[in-house]
Amino acid sequence: MELIWQGFLQALTLLVGGDSHVWQITWLSLRVSATATLLSLVFGVPLGTALALTRFPGRGFVVSLINTGMGLPPVVVGLFVTIVLWRNGVLGGLELLYTPTAMILAQLVIAAPIVTGLTLAAIQQVPERFRLQLLALGASRAQLVWTLLKEARLPMLAAVMAGFGAVISEVGASLMVGGNIKGSTRVLTTATVLETGKGNFDTAIALSLILLLLMFLVNWALTWIQQGRRA
Amino acid sequence: MSLRGLCLVLLVTAALASPATSQSRTVILSTTTSTQDSGLLDLLVPMFEKKSGMSMKTISVGTGQALALAARGEADVTLAHAPELERRYVAEGRMLNRRLVMYNDFVIIGPEDDPARIKGMAKAVEALKRIAETQSRFVSRGDKSGTHILEQGLWRQAGIEPRGAWYIESGQGMGQTLGIANDRRAYILGDRGTWLAFQKRVSLPILVEKDPLLLNIYSVMEVNPANGPRVNAAGGKAFADFMLAPETQAVIRTFGVDKYGQPLFVPIAGKSDANFR
Repeated sequence: MELIWQGFLQALTLLVGGDSHVWQITWLSLRVSATATLLSLVFGVPLGTALALTRFPGRGFVVSLINTGMGLPPVVVGLFVTIVLWRNGVLGGLELLYTPTAMILAQLVIAAPIVTGLTLAAIQQVPERFRLQLLALGASRAQLVWTLLKEARLPMLAAVMAGFGAVISEVGASLMVGGNIKGSTRVLTTATVLETGKGNFDTAIALSLILLLLMFLVNWALTWIQQGRRA
Repeated sequence: MSLRGLCLVLLVTAALASPATSQSRTVILSTTTSTQDSGLLDLLVPMFEKKSGMSMKTISVGTGQALALAARGEADVTLAHAPELERRYVAEGRMLNRRLVMYNDFVIIGPEDDPARIKGMAKAVEALKRIAETQSRFVSRGDKSGTHILEQGLWRQAGIEPRGAWYIESGQGMGQTLGIANDRRAYILGDRGTWLAFQKRVSLPILVEKDPLLLNIYSVMEVNPANGPRVNAAGGKAFADFMLAPETQAVIRTFGVDKYGQPLFVPIAGKSDANFR
């Protein structure tokens, strides 16, 4: 217990004292995971919406694939992204391995199925009758989709939270594709692993608490948006 | 409100994303966990970057993996500590210009009460025999690292194939494995540098040391550009030369004195394997 209290005090000291190294890895965590979540929306929302509104042979199979993807193990994603980004790999020419961009890419692969799956569920829970009514009122296809997305905004923001929560807390993929390089690709989770291994438990606890605080602040902001004036 | 809010979120995240920096002046060093865990590279890498104007990415893994990555052309220079394996890579032409950088030594660490009674023994092989005979708990890296390769060599010399509930393979780095040995009150073969650096976490004492077989020699090797399409050969050579430069060797000579009261490594630029037989 005393150890956790010490870690708590150290977290305060690091944050208030403006430890540049800790601020830098906190900022990188936020930057990488927020970017990955944003990109996952770009892919996931249209795909989820399209899957919700269309019927085609094999749709059940595709939906099952996406639902499986919602639980993709980060280490598996890390391994495959590493192999693709190797200098000898398919995208080796981009020289992205061990950069924050590589981490964004891996986290995008983790977050995209989550956002897709939850968008699909969000759009589908809008009653069928509502959709037919809109069409009967002469809504164009674009108007229909826009209204449905508006109608599904609460669960959609939950999708954003779930995607962001998954990627900011993962360690396996970031460690593999980022390499945990000091000052370059070290984020809160990989730094916590390193400090624990070194036996610097107070620092590790401090980093964990900063991670939790960061997650809380982001979710607080998203909840505020989600709940609007009702919050 | 909500949709405008969502747009706001998108804008903020877009602003957070910034383009990747240029990679052309980057050198990738594949190295062992012990050089990283001891803190030496935290000191040397910024020195190198300042001096050369290049930026360095340090990937610290076990020696086996460090060499395997280099052989695939995924690194530009390797700092490792498994002489026999290194010589094989050099003989195969995958690594070039192997040069000795520094050494420290391996030690056998174990619980204070020493159930196998190996304390003070001069021969590491005899000590391992006794650990196996008494089935005392032993933690191995089990990760093809330089440390693991040396440990396997010692077991071979002892004529023992370590197996059973007493023999634990951690599959992790030196620091992590020391932590496991500490918690399980087990014997372990480790390098002195990491043991010193982990005094805060590990309370096990050194029981066997100073056997010539326990010498831990670090070498730097350049990656053959033929290994892959994008090897930065000039950058790799620049770092290898840097490791052997007199200023760097002087830093290595005193590294750790302020913190542990003794240096962690002995610089040996210009020496060859023959000097240590």
